[in-house]
Amino acid sequence: METTLPTNTDQPKNQANVKSAEMALEIKNLQKSFANKSVLKDISLTLTKGENLVVLGKSGSGKSVLIKCIIGLIEPDGGSLQVLGKNISELDDKGLNDLRKKVGFLFQSAALYDSMTVRENLEFPMRELRMKESERLELVKEALTNVGLAEAINKMPSELSGGMRKRIGLARTLILKPEIMLYDEPTTGLDPITSKEISQLIMDIQKRLNTASIIITHDIACAKITANRILVIRDGVCAAAGTFTELQASQDPWIHSFFEL
Amino acid sequence: MEEAKNTSKDSEPDDPAPQNNFLSSAKDFFLEVSLLSNFTLRFFREVFFPRYEFNELIKQCYRVGYRSLPLVGITGFIMGLVLTIQSRPTLAEFGAESWLPGMVAVSIIREIGPVITALICAGKIGSSIGAELASMRASEQIDAMQVSGINPFKYIVITRIAATTLMVPILVIFSDVIALFGSYAGVNIKGDVNFHLFFAQVFNILKFSDVFPAVIKTFFFGFAIGLIGCYKGYNSNEGTEGVGISANSAVVMGSLLIFIIDMIAVQVASLFM
Repeated sequence: METTLPTNTDQPKNQANVKSAEMALEIKNLQKSFANKSVLKDISLTLTKGENLVVLGKSGSGKSVLIKCIIGLIEPDGGSLQVLGKNISELDDKGLNDLRKKVGFLFQSAALYDSMTVRENLEFPMRELRMKESERLELVKEALTNVGLAEAINKMPSELSGGMRKRIGLARTLILKPEIMLYDEPTTGLDPITSKEISQLIMDIQKRLNTASIIITHDIACAKITANRILVIRDGVCAAAGTFTELQASQDPWIHSFFEL
Repeated sequence: MEEAKNTSKDSEPDDPAPQNNFLSSAKDFFLEVSLLSNFTLRFFREVFFPRYEFNELIKQCYRVGYRSLPLVGITGFIMGLVLTIQSRPTLAEFGAESWLPGMVAVSIIREIGPVITALICAGKIGSSIGAELASMRASEQIDAMQVSGINPFKYIVITRIAATTLMVPILVIFSDVIALFGSYAGVNIKGDVNFHLFFAQVFNILKFSDVFPAVIKTFFFGFAIGLIGCYKGYNSNEGTEGVGISANSAVVMGSLLIFIIDMIAVQVASLFM
């Protein structure tokens, strides 16, 4: 079965599949270069609400650049980005900040604020919301309970292990109940057991909050657990798309090599 | 001769290199000046508009000001003591030892106190801000703030620059006072001047025109220290290696700017005196 479909032929098929579903994200012909090196040449993808899309590709293939373009951390050179119905390039600073509150981003390093306790880290995204102290604390406790780390509330990031940091980073991202989640290599640097726990947590989040997610990973075990659909990036373009099973059975040796467990 | 000719011939292809290096350095310099100007303009564009991060400002004032007191105090005391001990023989030659407290006070208040304290602050505070922000950049903490919908420039940069601008003058005044105590100790190593007489002589000599310009320029010193530290750290792009580079260049550039500001301040002050 041939499953390695190029983007342009893949896209109408995907769009047909999601026609009736609500669109969370739509990217068309995204391009980005750094110092004359073209990283993203022509990326198009769609993401529906409640869907987990795993993005695979070699290191340096532009996966992280892709999700940083989505959140507005990197400005693309060309193409269009519709996030929750809004065109990123047309938003002013305030509009972009408002949109960012609906899009969660889990960094590879978790990016916890070193000078703040876990509680302060989790309260930080809520600082512009008018809430009572007790309500904030309630939300912090709820978010920590959801990631299984309620006891870490007063700890400093330096006292946490890699897996705990990832969970706290996830709790901080989820505290504003985002509609879209972007995960940048959520299991990198973790042992297989913790990686599996984080993958299960991603699935829990999808079920509980009906969040649409893009998961950048090299971890095929994580992809197998979390993916509803997988997109493979090669040389700055979408080389293949499909379910885990479809891509695993790919005849293309390059694509197939990703799925050799 | 032959050797010299060969050397000359060999070096011919290298001749354009120094020229290129010079052009490249000049280009880098002007680019740096342009980026720093943009950074400064952004500070003034954002500092007057909400949201105001008062809690973070107070926290930074505590870190920048209160935590620097011991270092600034000790160096101030030594500065006053050494200046007095070194000046005594020269004044003694002219039989002008009684001028010692006043002369040392004017030197400390007008020039040495502000400049030395500012240089110490550039070393301690500027490097710490540069390293902290570069580390935050490398560990994606600044990006994390941005994706949370929080303006990291307001939260991190503006509060730190404001804190150094407000705290460095206080540190300089504190250092000046301690330096006068150091001078009093220095005077009494080889003499016997009572506390009241020493400070009466100091305040007889000191004029408003000695104190006012010296205090005003310290606000600019503080601003420069915070600005350079933040600029170097916030724009660091070289991962963990950038942490050291940012800390180092924050001190070097900050110290240089302190001397430049001091030179301008002296010229401006002399216009009104």
